[in-house]
Amino acid sequence: MAETDTGRVVLVTGVSRDLARRCGRALAEDPGVRRVIGVDVAPPTGDVGAMSFVRADVRSPVIAKVVAAEDVDTVVHLGVIATPGGAGGRSTMKEHNVLGTMQLLAACQRSPQVRRLVVKSTTTVYGSSSRDPAMFTEDMEPRRVPRSGYAKDVVEIEGYVRGFARRRPDCTVTTLRCANVVGPHVRSPFTSYLRLPVVPRVAGFDPRLQVLHEDDLQAAVVHAVARALPGTFNVAGAGVLPLSQVLRRLRRPSVPMPAMAVGRLGSLTDQVRISDFSPELLALLTHGRGVDTTAMRDVLGFEPRWTSATTVADFATTLSPTGGHLERVLGSLSDRLPPVPPSPRPARPALAAVAPTAAGGEGRG
Amino acid sequence: MGDAEIIPIGTRGRPGRGTGTRPSSAARGLAPGARRSPSGTGGTGADGGTGGDHDVPPAPRSADGPQDPRPDPTSGTAADPGSPAHVADGPGADSSPAGRPATTTAERHPLGGVPVGDWLAAFRHGAAEVFGDQWEPQLARFLAFWRRRITGDYAVDDFGFDQELTERFLLASLRPLAQKWFRLELRGAHHVPATGGALIVSNHSGTIPVDGLMSMVAIHDRTGRHVRALAADLVFTLPGVSSLARKAGATLACHEDAERMLRGGELVGVWPEGFKGIGKPYADRYKLQRFGRGGFVSAALRTGVPIIPLSVVGAEEIYPLVGNIPALARLLGVPYIPITPFFPWLGPLGMVPLPSKWLLELGEPIRTDEHEPGAADDPMLVFDVTDQVRETIQQTLYTLLMERESIFG
Repeated sequence: MAETDTGRVVLVTGVSRDLARRCGRALAEDPGVRRVIGVDVAPPTGDVGAMSFVRADVRSPVIAKVVAAEDVDTVVHLGVIATPGGAGGRSTMKEHNVLGTMQLLAACQRSPQVRRLVVKSTTTVYGSSSRDPAMFTEDMEPRRVPRSGYAKDVVEIEGYVRGFARRRPDCTVTTLRCANVVGPHVRSPFTSYLRLPVVPRVAGFDPRLQVLHEDDLQAAVVHAVARALPGTFNVAGAGVLPLSQVLRRLRRPSVPMPAMAVGRLGSLTDQVRISDFSPELLALLTHGRGVDTTAMRDVLGFEPRWTSATTVADFATTLSPTGGHLERVLGSLSDRLPPVPPSPRPARPALAAVAPTAAGGEGRG
Repeated sequence: MGDAEIIPIGTRGRPGRGTGTRPSSAARGLAPGARRSPSGTGGTGADGGTGGDHDVPPAPRSADGPQDPRPDPTSGTAADPGSPAHVADGPGADSSPAGRPATTTAERHPLGGVPVGDWLAAFRHGAAEVFGDQWEPQLARFLAFWRRRITGDYAVDDFGFDQELTERFLLASLRPLAQKWFRLELRGAHHVPATGGALIVSNHSGTIPVDGLMSMVAIHDRTGRHVRALAADLVFTLPGVSSLARKAGATLACHEDAERMLRGGELVGVWPEGFKGIGKPYADRYKLQRFGRGGFVSAALRTGVPIIPLSVVGAEEIYPLVGNIPALARLLGVPYIPITPFFPWLGPLGMVPLPSKWLLELGEPIRTDEHEPGAADDPMLVFDVTDQVRETIQQTLYTLLMERESIFG
């Protein structure tokens, strides 16, 4: 399996961001990996573990020198960013994403040692529209080709990656199209949207959402590095949840408003850096998206530990609920009533002792 | 007789109509106990107030407790029929207008002063009325359902189908319309397999897709299976309709989704005429339109599921389409703007569907698993099967129409 006796040398890009840093750390703990080199323009903000950090800009030819000097044989490209964030404006982001990927691929093509490339892409490439099939498989094209922003960047990046795979047939290229990553540590436009105390919703639409837990993203990257399986795979937790259900489970009150108003509000919250409503996010929040993960299970052989539902539940534990008042009222009401006979579902057994007296009290009232 | 004929309106016979405690002098002049000061103590009036319970000064209303405001309306309405003596007959009724202080606006609130005990009694009465004798467990179950809904503790499938909501809310609200309004009659329900995938192909009519909803209700009630509709993309662009359609189990009519559902063993419903069928003029009723490109047949062939033809009679008459506004329809991006004899002339009233009698018949299933594997890519076979399904539905429609005595019969 391993190319060298001593294990692989892995280069991870974009490690200044939390997810990539965690992936790098997890890779460094993998027994098949000898060394992990993290690369980014900014130093990582947290614990990098056994990963070593090299400050280099993927947009510059320096990256080729790093690849050559460190005898890198596996490149994990996690440096595609969804938000400009601290990096600057949209043009910086595009430069970082597209030109950075081009430089990196050029460096990989030049170096004969590189045998594996793992690229984290996103299911955003499928877009979101009313004409979408319920579940996208990897061979489906987006119904509406994204013409701007992150989605367009990713479409272009995937194009360059396919070109690289053609030019370097000896190199195994794995593209992971990950669903929206959600987890206690994730800071993305999607999670900051869910973290809003009162969540604006597009009125009249209840999009189906499929999410991936941050731990599963790490596991998927480690898995893809360990097994060299060429191809493109959707990576997402099992099951879909409508947005309304997600918000109910997070105990978040929501305000339905017209799509245009949500967009307007998004640009407002963007200015004050609370949340960022890109057009892709707005489309996702209107029409939703589901992806088929059969290939991930059968071909890639990866099984996420978290489903969409358990991911949301885990995310909910780190959020202080801002809603749920109605639920508490109903809860206190049903506490006063006798326990439900277990016809539809096993009901709260703990209430059995309290309920009769409470009900009697009400009955007398 | 003269002063007894005052019919109290609004203030229940008590003088004054403003917010103040002191009515105008004109109002005081009209009141039966005109000579007295309005805030005077009860029981001294000339109209008699000798009753024991009226000697109490009526100053604090809250102290009077439950009895205080209740008799007030009854005495007012009792006085209405025009028995003049009644107003003066203070002692019998326990409050006469004369013996009370002026009304304030706070007291005029409809819920003002209804005691807590009455509320609870009314609540228990209502609960017993709605849920029957076993109202407490029933209500608890109802609350548990709502609690489960608002905490998101339910499951939807990959297409967004919310079975609990569909069964307990959507189908339940459509059922009266199906049973009482359209008096739906479904025949041939035994043709629907108990398990496994099947494709129900139906004619489409009625200006808005009520026929699809009614078929879903009827087939679910008879066979216990949910019909998963394949809907046009317009459905998923409309706010409100979009989210409801997904929750009711519909998905986009494309071959990917159709095949995925059929492979998953679902009972899928398709209306291949689409907008051509649903928006055809009343003159063309029960004339099947073109059956699309036969995509539904190739989906069935690929998955090897039977095709069950469904003929619906009755949906054509619910909104007789006599006209269209193509220019406006183009402007709004919808296939047509319906004009019926009642819509838009009668406004919302014109949206009430006519109560036609509906007959639904499921035909003999057409097997598709006998063809060789590549059959779905043979266009001639696809056309043949499409025509076979279309002819079956058309013939059944004619038979059902002959059988039906009248449109509303």
